[in-house]
Amino acid sequence: MTLRNPPIAEALPPVFEERTPRTGLAALILGNLSTSIGLFVLFLLLLIAIFAPWLGTVDPLAIDPTLRTRPPSADHFFGTDKLGRDLWSRVLFGTRVSLIVGFAVAVAATLLGVLLGMVSGYVRVLDGLLMRAMDAVMSIPSILLAIALVALTRPSVLNVIIAITVAEIPRVARLVRSVVLSLRDLPYVEAGVVSGSSSAKILRRHILPNAIAPIIVQATYICASAMIIEATLSFIGAGTPASIPSWGNIMAEGKALWQVKPMIVLIPAAFLSVTVLAVNMVGDGLRDALDSRLVKDV
Amino acid sequence: MLKLAFKRILMTVPVMFLVALLVFSLLYLAPGDPAVVFAGDQATPEQIEMTRQRMGLDQPFVQRFGTWLLNLAQGDLGTSLISNVPVAKLIGQRLEPTLSLTLLTLVWSALVAIPLAILAAWKRGSLIDRGVMLLGVAGFSIPIFVLAYILSYVFALELRWLPVQGYKPLSDGLWPWFRSLIMPAAALGAGYVALISRIGRTALVEIMQQDYIRTAKSKGANPRIVLFRHALKNAAVPISTVIGLGVGLLIGGAVVTETVFALPGVGRLTADAILRRDYPVIQGVVLLFSFSYMLINLAVDLLYPIFDPRIRY
Repeated sequence: MTLRNPPIAEALPPVFEERTPRTGLAALILGNLSTSIGLFVLFLLLLIAIFAPWLGTVDPLAIDPTLRTRPPSADHFFGTDKLGRDLWSRVLFGTRVSLIVGFAVAVAATLLGVLLGMVSGYVRVLDGLLMRAMDAVMSIPSILLAIALVALTRPSVLNVIIAITVAEIPRVARLVRSVVLSLRDLPYVEAGVVSGSSSAKILRRHILPNAIAPIIVQATYICASAMIIEATLSFIGAGTPASIPSWGNIMAEGKALWQVKPMIVLIPAAFLSVTVLAVNMVGDGLRDALDSRLVKDV
Repeated sequence: MLKLAFKRILMTVPVMFLVALLVFSLLYLAPGDPAVVFAGDQATPEQIEMTRQRMGLDQPFVQRFGTWLLNLAQGDLGTSLISNVPVAKLIGQRLEPTLSLTLLTLVWSALVAIPLAILAAWKRGSLIDRGVMLLGVAGFSIPIFVLAYILSYVFALELRWLPVQGYKPLSDGLWPWFRSLIMPAAALGAGYVALISRIGRTALVEIMQQDYIRTAKSKGANPRIVLFRHALKNAAVPISTVIGLGVGLLIGGAVVTETVFALPGVGRLTADAILRRDYPVIQGVVLLFSFSYMLINLAVDLLYPIFDPRIRY
């Protein structure tokens, strides 16, 4: 079966017939409102993640049976959970997991996907086999695949990252392959072949630079999707282990008290949504900025 | 034409085979020894060995895969490690809530998203258009279980209009059934609506710039007729494609939605199986969902020529 487009990002394919004149990357990124807002929010979240221990937090794992499910107070800004742990601390430390998973999956899936996509697009003998394999992986809904992979191992942040990466690689590989296919017959690539450059050099010097824009946009969408999948896995109890606070497992633990103390679920939920929204806004802004065709539309 | 459609169907066979191989490998690689689980706590090493042979676990990978495929072809998905019930039966018992939830979501999402896409493309650059695009980003960004909890907070805990959790089967009557699915379907469909309306809008906007649209307009055709007859018909292919691909989101989302709203469906079965490490169930569910997803997309592909006679199989 040919799943031509994976659901979200690639289905809005930027086509790179013409490129906007170079105006400097910084100007390009900051010139877009959506991207700037997204980046600003992400920067704040990064600061929260780094400085979590100094932001009025206590040990996010410290249990206090005398202070269970307390409402917000001066000591506990967001109140406490059913074991008396400080929710403010847990949510702030949870930022780390989301950012690490999102970033790590985006980088790993992009690197491996670029490699597979370039090989598939350029080395024609391997194309059929590689793409059928990608089709097979993509035929399994990504959350299910990640769930199944994590179920094979002990839950840990690294295993969650690996599982989500495997599920996301085909999206990048398909995108890169299609870009390589559209570029490989262009005169300047043929000129490179004629002048005796090696395939590796042609891919690196001539093809990759032209594929970089859609790849970056795709990477931001993968980052957002990885954050959602991590939270989902943790929420159903198959993701980040309970010993590490993550937004997903804070919500999972708050689930039992949902009808009494909805805030335990709603606060990490708000953090998660804002974070994913920020990443998606960066992605949308970048796509519009890098793709002249879509800019005309908006 | 039929011959080519047949060829298209044949093309899915190798991919299905690869999916089956992948899913089987998951179970093969799974830690723990099913023979030990099946033989029970009191089993002697000899009994475990006998169980292992009876279950065929001592055979090499290829042979086990072959046997498994043969069983699969006969509808045998293996037996649950925990409840000792055939996986196919477990899934069968849980099918109704999941089918109800996904079908209801599919219908309402398409009914809302397609008009939104048309409206946004029609009033391009207007507030409506921007609103739809914003809704698109928001719909992607709010995880299903987050939205589920927000809805539950407002409509079940605060307003008390809808039940917090639970499923009423169709046999209890249409209204109770529908009522138990309103919030789950709303939560599950939000991202889907975002996806369909955004892609639909982009497709329509692109089509509205084509030469034949300009020709139709310059010949003085009513703008509405141009939009609905000329443009929408051509947007049917990308829109139906995204509806088909989006089913992947629905399936993944069903696992979460059913957990939040305590619906006794296949998604819930999956979540429970993961927590108990019931590998045959995980395998069966992943296989079922993936095959359904592939067949739905195959069906969509085969529908293309109806929308666009230029596409031929």
